[in-house]
Amino acid sequence: MKEKKTDSLLIEMRGITKVFPGVKALDNVDFCLKYGEIHALLGGNGAGKSTLIKVLTGVEKPDSGRIFLTGNEVTIRSPRHAQEMGISTVYQEVNLCPNLSVAENILIGRQPMKHGRIDWKELNSQASGILKRILGIDIDVTLLLGTYSVAIQQMVAIARALEIESAKVLILDEPTSSLTTTETEQLFTVMRKLKKENVGIIFITHFLDQVYQVADQITVIRNGKLICSSETASLTKMELIVKMIGRTITDLDDMVKIKEKTARKIGKDSVLHAKDFGRTDWIEPMDLDLHSREVLGLAGLVGSGRTETALLLFGVDSPDSGTLEIGGKNVTKFSPTNSIHQGVALSPEDRKAAGIIDDLTVRENIILALQAGQGWIKHLSAKKQEQIAQKFIDLLEISTPSTDQLVRNLSGGNQQKVILARWLAINPRVLILDEPTRGIDVGTKAEIQKLVLSLADEGKAIVFISSELEEVMRCSHRITVLSDKEKIAEYSGQVEERVILETMAGSGA
Amino acid sequence: MTTKNTAPILEKLTNSRLFYPLLALGIILLLDTIFIPDFFSIQIRNGDLYGRVIDIMRNASTVMVLALGMTLVIATGGIDLSVGGVMAIAASVAAIMMNPVIVGMELPADLMKFMNDPNFTYSPLWEVIIVSLIVALICGAWNGFLVAYMKIQPMVGTLILMIAGRGIAQLITNGVRIQIFYKPYAFLGQGWIILPISLYLAIILFVLIWMLTRKTSIGMFIESVGINPKASFYSGISEKKIKMLAYMICGLCAGIAGLIASSNIKTSDANNIGLTIELDAILAVVIGGTSMAGGRFSLLASLIGALVIQAITTSMYALGVPAFALQAVKGFVVIFVIFLYAEPVRQVFRKLTVKKAEKA
Repeated sequence: MKEKKTDSLLIEMRGITKVFPGVKALDNVDFCLKYGEIHALLGGNGAGKSTLIKVLTGVEKPDSGRIFLTGNEVTIRSPRHAQEMGISTVYQEVNLCPNLSVAENILIGRQPMKHGRIDWKELNSQASGILKRILGIDIDVTLLLGTYSVAIQQMVAIARALEIESAKVLILDEPTSSLTTTETEQLFTVMRKLKKENVGIIFITHFLDQVYQVADQITVIRNGKLICSSETASLTKMELIVKMIGRTITDLDDMVKIKEKTARKIGKDSVLHAKDFGRTDWIEPMDLDLHSREVLGLAGLVGSGRTETALLLFGVDSPDSGTLEIGGKNVTKFSPTNSIHQGVALSPEDRKAAGIIDDLTVRENIILALQAGQGWIKHLSAKKQEQIAQKFIDLLEISTPSTDQLVRNLSGGNQQKVILARWLAINPRVLILDEPTRGIDVGTKAEIQKLVLSLADEGKAIVFISSELEEVMRCSHRITVLSDKEKIAEYSGQVEERVILETMAGSGA
Repeated sequence: MTTKNTAPILEKLTNSRLFYPLLALGIILLLDTIFIPDFFSIQIRNGDLYGRVIDIMRNASTVMVLALGMTLVIATGGIDLSVGGVMAIAASVAAIMMNPVIVGMELPADLMKFMNDPNFTYSPLWEVIIVSLIVALICGAWNGFLVAYMKIQPMVGTLILMIAGRGIAQLITNGVRIQIFYKPYAFLGQGWIILPISLYLAIILFVLIWMLTRKTSIGMFIESVGINPKASFYSGISEKKIKMLAYMICGLCAGIAGLIASSNIKTSDANNIGLTIELDAILAVVIGGTSMAGGRFSLLASLIGALVIQAITTSMYALGVPAFALQAVKGFVVIFVIFLYAEPVRQVFRKLTVKKAEKA
């Protein structure tokens, strides 16, 4: 704090502290952003990254600390105020309006007017121009945003933030978590372009490779405290990981060992056996086999049909072709309730929309599926509920002050663990995990990957879905590759990453 | 040590669901004691208690009963505008069963002369009550069917019975206001055993619904559906069945409220029974702190909410506010009460309690 405020700093945050009930989210944190800098902000779940961003964008007011923008001290009153000062944000969860068209979403609040009314023609052409120019994507901007995939929605969110003319600072909170490699590359091109135009970019991500690809500077936060801030070049990836999780990872080798150990124990009979199983306009008919103690990975690009397969297996929709056998018995009724009775569980892709019930407590979230399976009359006693919740909080190391904490107050990683706990509580035979590590920090990610293998070791059959191929390969005994809503290949044993990538790319052409 | 002990207690108090409803009730009663002499005085006549406070509870009982069902519906993320209409239907069914002469039914001549007899009823009382409640239950099921299975927005779906309900009620009685002479029936709304019977009914219903929701898993399922229907579906909860159940219970409550109201005025007045009462019921739930967006609910808090509304009305009468100005004045008081729930005001209360805790 002895330093003088230099003009080369775009943003200077000093001694920011923010306390939430029971948690010190930020503890005397400093953060600086230069003009034309891509600055990676890293840290585990609940480390305080998001809170720092919320302080900077006026969503939360800091309890103490000062913020300087281009050398002048400012008080940021609201997100709108932050925007007016040139701080634009794309949040982790797409928060646009799915019921409005793409064009409206991009230009909302800034619609071109003609004779006191919105000029729709101009609005649509401006919006599609922006998408083409900035992001290089060409879509029908008059369609409702909700009809597009999460990846496209994310791109729209970015386009919207970038479109604010006076943007001096662009904050990207995990913009790439649902983008494909090409889309990510496109985004990086845009980021580099903006950098040349002297825009300062704060880039929050869990993908460390991406950090090394684009970032100039890295700041690490852990438990609400500033751990380090240094140039990307002067920090090796290993050092970075250690700083982020506060301990060294030595257990990657363990994973391989557990996997080899479980591979030998894979059962002969299939727990799940699908034949010609599909649904029109949803997923092409496919054959699928899953044995006990086995992890089956589903690999494929965004939109390749991974999630659709998961939803169909779980009975969210009914198939219109083929058969499905669970534990040797033919499934005739398709619904989540029925799946629960058969011992099939699904941890869905979209944690916020389809996973957590955010205003219920951790305890209620954990026992929900178990209770729903038992029906409303066989009510678990308070004591029993508490026991179950506590058991899984200990088992999965969920960090929560109590079982009565509302789930909304937990970090993303812990919320994900709560959903896992919900499904482990019904003691399923088949566990389908759709992107269980999405938006989760490196440490928790490794924990969950290990957990997947040890669950298999205990006898469960697991379907593991992730957009990170490396992760799928690390956890799975067998990999099914999907492309364009169709199963195109299956690999077991040791496969090279290159082979799978080629398979995914080959059919796409 | 004392600081450590009192702080959580005060904090718990302000965080409690009952804090704001009780605070609102407290403020209104406090103003009453200041401005209305003998507000709390209670007389004993023949062993029964009478007084303004008792009046509040008796008059609140209809809204209390409605608020119980409405709480469940609102907790699922819905709303039921038809409770007033369903009240009218239930009242008409009850009246016609006790006194069917008006409809032109051919009755034996010897029965005709009993029609004005306070000891006469055409159908026995238990039959009257059960049939009218079943009709109310069917009305609730109709709402539930529209909302849960037809996916019609609750406000639109229940608007149908809100409008049509009174028409149906008049069709049932052939457009006539039927006088109810039967004495035992009047006991529901006017009876007194130390305290008013209708108050006991509200409390019994509260206990039953509380047990149904909190001693089984229904309460949690309702909250879950109200907070996140998609995630609830994925967790194996049948959103449709849960919503259906909530609307059916709400219909049943409306039926009971209809019986109490018609017993109170001794007639099936389809045009006026429960007129605009759905708004009071919704307001009671809101004052009770249940979010209109659905989710967490508290039945007890809704009951207190109903008392708050009735306390306001009774106080207005006691203060001599003319009947024509009542709605306007009531509106202002309600705005004041709702202010208590505004986030900035809540923060003031939280800070106050924290300071007190620190001083102690």
